[in-house]
Amino acid sequence: MSMTFDDGTFIRNEMAPVLPPPKLRIGPVAWMRENLFSGIFNTLLTLLGILLVISVVPPFVRFMFIDAVWTGENREACLGPDVGACWPFIHAKFGQLIYGFYPISERWRVDIVFALGAVLLVPLLVPSLPFKRTGSLLFFVVYPVVAFVLLTGGNINASAFLLERFGLIRPFVGDAQLGGINLAFWVDFGLTTLLFMAAIGGFIALLGGNGRSAARTTLFVFLALGAVIFCWDADVGLSYVETRQWGGLLVTLVIAVTGIVASLPLGILLALGRRSQMPVVRLLSVIFIEFWRGVPLITVLFFATYMLPLFLPQGTNPDALLRALVGVALFSAAYMAEVVRGGLQAIPKGQYEGAMAVGLTWSQMMRLIVLPQALTLVIPGIVNSFISLFKDTTLVLIVSIFDFLGQLRAAFTDPNWATPVTLYTGFAFAGVVYFFFCFGMSRYSLFVERRLNTSHRH
Amino acid sequence: MTRCRKFSAACELPFLSPVPSRTVAAETSAPIRMKKAAIMKRLLSTFALAGAMGLCAFGAQAATKLEQVKSKGFVQCGVSQGLPGFSNPNDKGEWSGLDVEFCRAVAAAIFGDATKVKFTPLSAKDRFTALQSGDIDILSRNTTWTITRDTSLGLNFTGVTYYDGQGFMIRKDKKVNSALELSGASVCTQTGTTTEQNLADYFRANNMTYEVIAFATNDEVVKAYDAGRCDVLTTDRSGLAGERLKLTNPDDHVVLPEIISKEPLGPVVAHGDDQWFDIVKWVLFAQLNAEELGVNSKNVDDQLKNATNPEIKRLLGTEGKYGEGMGIGNDWGYLIIKNVGNYAEMYDRTVGPDTPLKLSRGLNALWNKGGIQYAPPIR
Repeated sequence: MSMTFDDGTFIRNEMAPVLPPPKLRIGPVAWMRENLFSGIFNTLLTLLGILLVISVVPPFVRFMFIDAVWTGENREACLGPDVGACWPFIHAKFGQLIYGFYPISERWRVDIVFALGAVLLVPLLVPSLPFKRTGSLLFFVVYPVVAFVLLTGGNINASAFLLERFGLIRPFVGDAQLGGINLAFWVDFGLTTLLFMAAIGGFIALLGGNGRSAARTTLFVFLALGAVIFCWDADVGLSYVETRQWGGLLVTLVIAVTGIVASLPLGILLALGRRSQMPVVRLLSVIFIEFWRGVPLITVLFFATYMLPLFLPQGTNPDALLRALVGVALFSAAYMAEVVRGGLQAIPKGQYEGAMAVGLTWSQMMRLIVLPQALTLVIPGIVNSFISLFKDTTLVLIVSIFDFLGQLRAAFTDPNWATPVTLYTGFAFAGVVYFFFCFGMSRYSLFVERRLNTSHRH
Repeated sequence: MTRCRKFSAACELPFLSPVPSRTVAAETSAPIRMKKAAIMKRLLSTFALAGAMGLCAFGAQAATKLEQVKSKGFVQCGVSQGLPGFSNPNDKGEWSGLDVEFCRAVAAAIFGDATKVKFTPLSAKDRFTALQSGDIDILSRNTTWTITRDTSLGLNFTGVTYYDGQGFMIRKDKKVNSALELSGASVCTQTGTTTEQNLADYFRANNMTYEVIAFATNDEVVKAYDAGRCDVLTTDRSGLAGERLKLTNPDDHVVLPEIISKEPLGPVVAHGDDQWFDIVKWVLFAQLNAEELGVNSKNVDDQLKNATNPEIKRLLGTEGKYGEGMGIGNDWGYLIIKNVGNYAEMYDRTVGPDTPLKLSRGLNALWNKGGIQYAPPIR
């Protein structure tokens, strides 16, 4: 047997080519094996899922787009067998769904409010943009005043502040008007301010505090209040649109935004109150929170709308929308308080002790150490509350305020558009609109969470 | 006293009721040591009574409903939150429908301008509270005139704008020709309405069995019926006409001839102001009389100048002073017809045969045309 080893026949002089992994280990097939069909149970679930998608998606797409009617003047367009969504109905009612019964010639005012809100809100939401402090001042203080004037028309005819309610001013000042502004009111306002400054300053001084600074603070509060009332009272030449005429998305957004903006600070205060060492503050906070959490929102709205006028003195009849706004804000504040309390309780005791050890006062400790951590922790809970508040606003329908969904339901009753598909079309559209807002909030909260997730990265 | 608003404190003070005054009378004959206190008490209650009466009298003088309406410059009218053909928002975002048009007619009679009216959409639950508390001036919300509502709620029905009645709709292929053949049927209806009670009464009176399938909203009722979950759909006949439009194949369904309840629908005003009651009542009568006399919004200007028929002249105010008695202009009849139209026009625009609802006049035709709409004469 002769064997030669030196002719190099059996020695590789190049690297073997890298073989592709086995077919079942890579590519879509492997991915599917791993993720969709990794066991009997998962395979079953996958099959069920596919079945669901097949049975839901094609009919949905067919209804919404393929079979849908896109143009038409009235219900005749959407009649017939196998007709899909009736989009001309949405087109015809679109104005009402956005503005409610707001007069058509005045709708530009609502547009400005929407646009202004968006312009002011976006810089606040994007972290990299500057001027946060000015921006938030504009959005939270100036914007509501401007929006109020634009939406209602301002010119609230302020005639009595406090003293005049007892008839103490008009006999001396008379009914002088200055450019649509009632002089008696401002004399009244000025005197009331002085009265309050004297009273509060005196009281604080009596208790041994700094009476002068208390009086100054009072003055600032009244000056701010005066500026707001002045803006509302001035006749800017816009016609008056009562809130009864508001409706649609406008009302949904007004209620939701007011509720959201008011409930967070109120909720934080209540949460701090509930964890306070002071018995009276704690008791009042607990009572407030438990009361508002204990009653359903529908009851709150009913009470605010139909019962409250019976208790208030004759003639004082706060606006229906305002009553609903206050009800929603207080209601959501109670829920927010509990969410925030959850965050406060999750902060280790060491944080409090450390803050106190470096000599921070209570408010500094809360503002600089505890609340930033606590609020970051409960962002999902807070946004959860916001989203549910946004959707709960639709309950105002029961007190005859037509929000987006209420306006849609009213539109269903127009005999000119009564077809078998009107209902489905309307609700499909409403679903898309609500999803747009709620999903937006939810994604933004995820973004904020990731950005603020510095201290708990594991 | 009658003009006091229901919840005004002055009108509910206990010493206005007879019971405390009897107590005071008893105390005056009590022993002497009690006497001083009794006199004081009596004095006090006399003052209070005088004060309360003064307040009420002042209230009565200050504002009749008509004066209130004139001073605020519009009529506040309660309508439904949406009922096809009676009050529903149209494409322009305005309220339209029979109930709505009637309120416009009242505004026209008072102001000569049918747009001086504001609408408050009300749910069935809140409608009477809103009227009692003075939030609205007229309730024109397809409200059935019943003795309970007319006598015990502090309300007055001013007439009937639409004679309705509960009916049944069924699929043609069930081959049922009369409601009396419905024994054993399943019936779709809305919960918490009088329709449910009428249904029970009717089936019991005729010794028939049935099964109720009730839903919270009208839309659900229609969808359920359309999907075949029940054999029969029942509601008011005007409602059936509206619901029918939402069915997949409206022609496959038939409305049975039986009407199992009387549902006279009309405008309502609050007790306590007869002048206002008169105005609202006569606006409808004027519209009915106009139809009877052949006066409509198109020929009313011509009739105003050239009419020789004294009845038309009295209606349009060229003869007699019939507005004065109600505190409004004598041309009130003209203003109604000019701005809104007569009853037939109002009916045809909102629910009549040319609208999608296609409701024929039926009971609502004039008395001399086979219906029961009959208005007292203007003279």
